[in-house]
Amino acid sequence: MNIMTEQSLENAVGDKMNAKSNEVIKMRGDKVGVFYGEKQALFDVNLDVRQNQVTALIGPSGCGKSTFLRCLNRMNDTIDSARVTGKITLDEDDIYDKNIDVVELRARVGMVFQKPNPFPKSIYENVAYGPRIHGLAKRKSDMDQIVESSLKKAAIWNEVKDRLQEPGTGLSGGQQQRLCIARAIAVSPEVILMDEPCSALDPIATARVEELIDELRQNYTIVIVTHSMQQAARVSQRTAMFHLGYLVEEGATDKMFTNPDDKRTQDYITGRFG
Amino acid sequence: MSSLLVLAIIIAIGVVAFVIGRQRAAAQDTGKVKPHSRAHYHGWWAFLLAVLPAVLLLAVWDIGSSFYLDRHIHAALPERTADSKVASEALDASLVKSLAKGLRRLDAGTPLPATFAELQPLLIAKGVALASDTQDYMIPIAVDANTVQDRLGLFGAVVTFALSIAGAFYALRQIAPRARARNNVERLMLWGLLAASTIAILTTVGIVLSMLFQTITFFESVSPMSFFFGTVWDPRFAAAGSGGSQGQFGLIPLLAGTLYIAAVALLVAVPVGLMSAVYMSEYASRSVRSVVKPALELLAGIPTIVYGIFAVVTLGPFLRDLSAALTGGSPFIQGQSIFTAGLVMGVMLIPVVSSLSDDIITAVPRAMRDGSLGLGATRSETIKRVILPAALPGIVGAILLTASRAIGETMIVVLAAGVAANLTANPFEAMTTITVKIVNQLTGDLEFNSPQTLVAFALGLTLFALTLVMNIVALYIVRKYREQYE
Ligand SMILES: Nc1ncnc2c1ncn2[C@@H]1O[C@H](COP(=O)(O)OP(=O)(O)O)[C@@H](O)[C@H]1O
Ligand SMILES: [Mg+2]
Repeated sequence: MNIMTEQSLENAVGDKMNAKSNEVIKMRGDKVGVFYGEKQALFDVNLDVRQNQVTALIGPSGCGKSTFLRCLNRMNDTIDSARVTGKITLDEDDIYDKNIDVVELRARVGMVFQKPNPFPKSIYENVAYGPRIHGLAKRKSDMDQIVESSLKKAAIWNEVKDRLQEPGTGLSGGQQQRLCIARAIAVSPEVILMDEPCSALDPIATARVEELIDELRQNYTIVIVTHSMQQAARVSQRTAMFHLGYLVEEGATDKMFTNPDDKRTQDYITGRFG
Repeated sequence: MSSLLVLAIIIAIGVVAFVIGRQRAAAQDTGKVKPHSRAHYHGWWAFLLAVLPAVLLLAVWDIGSSFYLDRHIHAALPERTADSKVASEALDASLVKSLAKGLRRLDAGTPLPATFAELQPLLIAKGVALASDTQDYMIPIAVDANTVQDRLGLFGAVVTFALSIAGAFYALRQIAPRARARNNVERLMLWGLLAASTIAILTTVGIVLSMLFQTITFFESVSPMSFFFGTVWDPRFAAAGSGGSQGQFGLIPLLAGTLYIAAVALLVAVPVGLMSAVYMSEYASRSVRSVVKPALELLAGIPTIVYGIFAVVTLGPFLRDLSAALTGGSPFIQGQSIFTAGLVMGVMLIPVVSSLSDDIITAVPRAMRDGSLGLGATRSETIKRVILPAALPGIVGAILLTASRAIGETMIVVLAAGVAANLTANPFEAMTTITVKIVNQLTGDLEFNSPQTLVAFALGLTLFALTLVMNIVALYIVRKYREQYE
């Protein structure tokens, strides 16, 4: 506990000294553990997520990447058997604190899922869904504004601007995923979590989404789970390697891919397992 | 030879054909040519060819020979004269047939007496009781009928066996590595399935047609105008044959009662059922669900008459007394009322609504919930804005299905709302429904061709049309919704 406060103090000081720095800690996991019923799926994970950077989570399947990601906006709460231990902070506030309202938390920490999951509503309504729930637009014109800017930020505006009233489920897989990203952006989150957002997409759609992720970094903090090493290398600044529920190693992406400290990371990156 | 025995032998031939066919096909598979069909398909094809044509022939033969026998007996009967002892020729023939059936029960060697008076004790000793107006001249006719029947049966059996064996041989000779037994079997399967679904359709058509003819007869004596638009239901059971007063057959009070009670029932069942479905699928923990769901389904298993008894014995009097206590004297809720019937029927329908909607809501993919929750929506917002809209076509279907149950329900109404065909808007008075009146008109000692009875068919057809329209509306709503969202 003591160490914790000292660290946050240091960070706070760091923030002041170097306001434009890339090294502001947006979210921090401290000894995070997750149990599904009796079975522990995640052990003692200490991981920082830096502001305006893309943090990639890599590792073989079943190692707990999605589990950790879901902790960051408490989506694990929706799984009956799941129990989270340790501490996770967002801007130094404990997100598992009793005073934190999950609804507010999830508005600040948005999520994009592995399989594109647009609602069976029109494209417009899909994007307007979040703002409507959180009462972000007073008038119709405000809502139009939010929808348009979200779709633009998600780089899909030109493709859908003439068909906003058509169902979102009628789009192609890549377009659907960008629509889901627009939907997440529409509530102006600070952090966007993405769980293998390209795994259901073809290479061209993947390239579009990767480009988009790189652009979004200007305004948002992004955590992305990916099983593609190339993708992690292309889009992320920091990479965290998981194995069997443990965080093996975390560091700058360049270093992780050229000169990892841990043998397991090296094996995974060179494709020896996973 | 009895048809059942013949059938068993045909199937035995089929089984033998199956075994031989499979073995032959397996023996032919030497590995040089890739067989087209696996061995057991050849076996099945041989079985089907041995059994199906033979069974069809047997059925046709049985029907044909019973017609033939009928004509044979009629021809043998003596000419009808004024002093014939039996009332009609048809009765005459049927007496002969019963006698022939009775004679078969006698032991083989028994010498036949010439008169029925002597024959009767012998038959009674074998447990065969015959009508006493069986005449002596019928005995030789019956004996003759039996021999003809035996001959026909034997001949039919021989022909059938021949066909069966021929079919088996034909199929067995066809067996070759590249023979397409699998396709043949598949095609027959298709025909079998088609026949099964045709039965359902034909039955429906048959039911509708039979009701239609009776309804047309009914409309010959009562005008459709006064039936469909009449506001008084008073069929007035005239004594058979008196032909006097006919009464009035106004549908409106019954239709109004049916719809009124169904509406009250749905008003109870739909909100409660839907909410309990939402609770069970979205909120309840697994342990609660494992108790509540079977309990609700148990409610669905209670026979409706039990609900009716509950309504008439407990709830009806309770509501009447309660209303009396409230006004301090005269009760404004009658012992039998629309309200009571609707309430009880609604309770009966809760498990129907909740169980159907629960399945539908659970079928909405988890990704939809996650997507909404991940945007910071609460659970109830997610249910209201994502899950229920996505499940809506199914839920509309469930509600309409429930509505047809409510419209078709009889026992609860008889007991809880009564049989008085009133036309009222007051839910606390008695009213009755179409189904109750159908039962009412058909029970009792009435001539079957009087309008008082025939009206039941007109009512039945109206009910059928009502549910049909509801199903069409349901389909339309579901389609329209689908187009919009998929
Ligand atoms: N809802 C769940 N219930 C029980 N166990 C789960 C659940 N989700 C994940 N797990 C288990 O937790 C471990 C980590 O899963 P996950 O985080 O999905 O891995 P990854 O995303 O890295 O492939 C796995 O062993 C998995 O079986
Ligand atoms: Mg995963």
